[in-house]
Amino acid sequence: MIPVLFIVIPLVSGLALFFFKNEKAGRSWALFSSMITLVVALLGLTLHPDNKYLQFSADWLGSLGSSFSVQVDGMGQILCLLTAVSYPVIFIATWENQYQKSNNFFGLMLLAQAGLMGVFVAMDALLFYFFWELALIPMYFLSSQWGGEKRVQATFKFFIYTFLGSVLMLAGIIYLYTQTPDHSFGIASFYKLGMLLPTPTQNWIFWLFFAAFAIKMPIFPFHTWQPDLYEQSNTSTTMVLSGVMVKMGVFACIRWLLPVVSIASYQWGDLVTSLAVTGILYASLVAIQQDDLKRLVAYSSIAHIGLMCATIFSETSIGFQGVMIQMFNHGINIIGLWIVVDMIERKCATRKISELGGLAQKAPSLAIFALIMALANIALPLTNAFIGEFMMFNGIFSSKITHYNVIFTVLAAISIILAAIYILNMIRKVFYGNSNAVTAAAQDITWNQKLVLSVLVILIIWLGVYPDSLLNLTHDLTDTILKKSDVLPLLMKH
Amino acid sequence: MQNALQIVWLVPFFPLIGFLINGLFRKQLSKSLIAVLGSGTVLVSFVISIWIFLQVKNGNSHVAEYFNFISAGPFKIPFAFQIDALSSLFLLIITGVGFIIHVYSTSYMKEETAEHYGRYFSYLNLFIFSMLLLVMGANYVIMFIGWEGVGLCSYLLIGYWFKNTEYNKAANKAFIMNRIGDLGFLIALFLIIAKVGSVSFADVFSKASTLSTTNITIITLLLFVGATGKSAQIPLYTWLPDAMAGPTPVSALIHAATMVTAGIYMIARSNVLYSLAPVSQNVVAIIGLATAILAATIAMKQNDIKKVLAYSTVSQLGYMFLALGVGAYTAGVFHVMTHAFFKALLFLGAGSVIHAMGGEQDIRKMGGLKGKLKITYFTFLIGCIAISGIPPFSGFFSKDAILLSAFGHNKILYGIALFGALLTAFYMFRLLFLTFNGSFRGTDEQQHHLHESPAGMTIPLIILAILAFAGGFVGIPELFMKGGDKLSEFLSPVIPVQQGDGVSSSTEMMLMVISTVLVLLVIIYTWFRFRKYQAVEEKGLGKFLANKWYVDELYEQIIVKPLNKLGAFLNNIIERSVIDALVNGVGKLVNYGSRQVRLLQSGQVGSYVLLMVLSMLLVFVIQFFLRK
Amino acid sequence: MPINYYIFLSLALFAVGIVGVLTRRNAIIIFMCIEIMLNAVNLLLVAFSKMHHLKQAATLATAGTNGQIFVFFIMVVAAAEVSVGLAIIVMMFRNVHSVDVNFLNRLKH
Repeated sequence: MIPVLFIVIPLVSGLALFFFKNEKAGRSWALFSSMITLVVALLGLTLHPDNKYLQFSADWLGSLGSSFSVQVDGMGQILCLLTAVSYPVIFIATWENQYQKSNNFFGLMLLAQAGLMGVFVAMDALLFYFFWELALIPMYFLSSQWGGEKRVQATFKFFIYTFLGSVLMLAGIIYLYTQTPDHSFGIASFYKLGMLLPTPTQNWIFWLFFAAFAIKMPIFPFHTWQPDLYEQSNTSTTMVLSGVMVKMGVFACIRWLLPVVSIASYQWGDLVTSLAVTGILYASLVAIQQDDLKRLVAYSSIAHIGLMCATIFSETSIGFQGVMIQMFNHGINIIGLWIVVDMIERKCATRKISELGGLAQKAPSLAIFALIMALANIALPLTNAFIGEFMMFNGIFSSKITHYNVIFTVLAAISIILAAIYILNMIRKVFYGNSNAVTAAAQDITWNQKLVLSVLVILIIWLGVYPDSLLNLTHDLTDTILKKSDVLPLLMKH
Repeated sequence: MQNALQIVWLVPFFPLIGFLINGLFRKQLSKSLIAVLGSGTVLVSFVISIWIFLQVKNGNSHVAEYFNFISAGPFKIPFAFQIDALSSLFLLIITGVGFIIHVYSTSYMKEETAEHYGRYFSYLNLFIFSMLLLVMGANYVIMFIGWEGVGLCSYLLIGYWFKNTEYNKAANKAFIMNRIGDLGFLIALFLIIAKVGSVSFADVFSKASTLSTTNITIITLLLFVGATGKSAQIPLYTWLPDAMAGPTPVSALIHAATMVTAGIYMIARSNVLYSLAPVSQNVVAIIGLATAILAATIAMKQNDIKKVLAYSTVSQLGYMFLALGVGAYTAGVFHVMTHAFFKALLFLGAGSVIHAMGGEQDIRKMGGLKGKLKITYFTFLIGCIAISGIPPFSGFFSKDAILLSAFGHNKILYGIALFGALLTAFYMFRLLFLTFNGSFRGTDEQQHHLHESPAGMTIPLIILAILAFAGGFVGIPELFMKGGDKLSEFLSPVIPVQQGDGVSSSTEMMLMVISTVLVLLVIIYTWFRFRKYQAVEEKGLGKFLANKWYVDELYEQIIVKPLNKLGAFLNNIIERSVIDALVNGVGKLVNYGSRQVRLLQSGQVGSYVLLMVLSMLLVFVIQFFLRK
Repeated sequence: MPINYYIFLSLALFAVGIVGVLTRRNAIIIFMCIEIMLNAVNLLLVAFSKMHHLKQAATLATAGTNGQIFVFFIMVVAAAEVSVGLAIIVMMFRNVHSVDVNFLNRLKH
């Protein structure tokens, strides 16, 4: 029942919002709905992944071999929790932001949440594709109608780019569907089919799928839509995009790519990892050069996601678990950073690092929260990101399926130095030094912002000290996926 | 029955509580309460540490596991503390010296507002907490947590006066250079995990002999890279002199007594591994010695009182690494301890001088302070004697142990190390004479302002002076007293005692006499040279040294600038003109193409029909003639 | 008569129609040419229909009439179409006082 609630609650309340007249009521309704979802997610967290309340199946386009089957497994629990946590946080943190037609804004936000939840719980390829698009379409309206001056241009690029990927993926899904013996879109049939497909077929199917995921994550060199979009769209939208939506790509690689076309994943693994590692270094170096806070965070996100991608294709148990927990961590941390950036922008009316300075005198609480978020972003131990990155680096290093594991690890790990450079320089230029004309009038943050930032900080520290609370969820799942994507017996057969 | 040492978590717990309370309620609490909380929590830890030390002395040691920190399938990293001789000794140094410096800070930082006062003490407590994690961790990962944690505190405290841009740059530099070292440490960790399958000290050391020498060499070298970052060795030492931007007690605590010795602790802890990798040992010894000499030569020409001490610290750390490199782990740890006493003393003394001079740090503008600052002068003098290695002060015993081991290992190493010891005496007494002797060279206002520091600062100085004098008696060479080397005996469960160093007693005696006489000669020379200050224009070698061998400039040219250029190139050329241009190019191509195709739609029905007929003909031709 | 004759005749008619459509500018003439093409195809349909059922035709009088019936349908539809088409042309003439197709290029917009 729970996965259905995940989809239905935001969907229904989001649709209802379009009929609200009162803006204040609409806002509260959105917050209320997201809180309910959060409660459901927390309830779901207490259940074992095999529990029947975490599964649901109903007929849906039965003649096509597709069914409405949804399930929250370990990885789903983590990502649904992330989606559920991030929404109230975003709503509260940006409570004072004014939007034109705010009810439409919040309605679309909730629709996007329904789509995201759907992606994370879908166990049917057609359903997965449906939600994949359902999440995209509200995002298109959100970022094209509320945001900076060049938002339409940036959104157009984003939309065309991701849509291209989606179409390729759809082609791949349909091809696989026609090949399944029982003509089914079910995930089990896809997994079974994966073992039968000849290698050349796997190879091009791999690229059809990976195109969609690589663009979504995004992986170098498919990333150029991201900084533009993050810079131009409104901060709440950016938080959803970077906090939750980019995880769709990473998630989909684990669920729909590796276990399905495992031989191709193995064969292209080195290439993809090289791209990812190049992207990590590239994005980190470019981030050092950025003067716009939003672009800086965007590039830092590209680097972090690149690391997740590289880890996925190293196919190790510790690496997979690292990725799963890091998806949550990265979501929390980057939403925290966006909140800080948003507040800086609202207080000083600029995001240019070169124009800011000395904010720590004017807004000490903001400075402390910003510093903690920044430190979490550079994976300092006892923050959550350290756990994830440590496990991921470890995964790449101990990978058995590539010969270049040491080189990949060393190159990727250089990013921890580069990350320290760009993050600390940003902190220094924005918060330290003497305040100037731009920052002179800035005031410290309000209680609701302190509240959400404190919640995030508590999450960051909690998962940094006792990550086992989430790691426990993914043990079994990791083993299953690894077993499915183990290529050696398959290679023998072909 | 549970081991009594299970409660060791209390040691880091109290500073953590202090950090939280001072950090969260710094606006509400009064300054005196903040001071009491900040120092009190460390005092409690110190008391517990003494209790632990006594337990360990009675032969008790324990690994206390609390919970699973990271677990992935069969691989588990427990959150565990290890208490044995080495860690209990470091506990004493950290909490003991830490407490003294906390007390000193309560008066030194009095001018600060309550909010910043609270911030300062919460950072200090956080530092003590992290440092305790570092030395108490029972595996490399917990050690790494502390390792990065102290780096963070160092960053926060160097940039404590955050309005000053230069200070913040120094803080960033410290953190980033430490991170370069940390990268080495991390990769060593991954290699250990890959080869051993565990990170706990007990597992790694017991399985060390099963690893190939190549692997051990790589692991130990990578760990040493980590150590060069934290302990300021070539090539990553340049952050430490800049770190003097922080308040002086911070320099004493973090950048002299405790944090910078983390690298030595780590290598001493991993002595089992290093003993199996002679190549790494040689590298450690050579880098250590090179750093010792390099930093000593720079220290001779510095005019900032704290910079001299900073380079002196780098140099002394080099000695410790030399000791580790030649296999004299106990001597290295011994020097860590004595150095903690006399260098903390010297820094706090320098703090007292700076306090009296109203913030002035340039020794060219000091002179003749011994009249007004009697206690500071005498304690500083004791510190100088101790660091120069004159018997029976503490530095003599530890430095002599190092020199002796170097002699037993390689005569050339010994010769260079002895030369470095003479340089040490030279720059320390130059500093002493220029600061306290001669006539006052500052402004009248400063002269009027000169005063001895309050008791809150002088009492810590006196305690440290006593320790700097007597601290060496725990490691008296066998030559003077049978069973005098209590330290080696105490550390023997962790660091195996070496069976003789191949140096006869008569040679040992002779070496001690030589070094003592030479050091005394250097001090006398220094007295004649710097008794009276005369300003000299630095040129040639002097200028080269005064400019610190131009290492900062070199790094700027070969690392920072190229990195920036590369970043700018990627950002401006690759990102905008290549990748994004390609992406946009596809869009433009579609646009252009459709604009061209659009011309076909002329609106002339005739042309449509013509096109239709031609296409039909084409279809016919293909259908009837071209298909097989 | 051999079927070839019919084929050549209808080809010729069709060609005349095409050439007419392509070369003439008067909408009414083009219209007539379209009708010629249509009838060429009709002719062909009748011819083929007869030929297709040639063997049965010897015994069955109604054999091959399917095609011819179809042709009637086509002619009826064509007649309806002509009336609509002519109506359009008349309207065009009323509006722009011309039936020159080169002049009528509003489809572009």
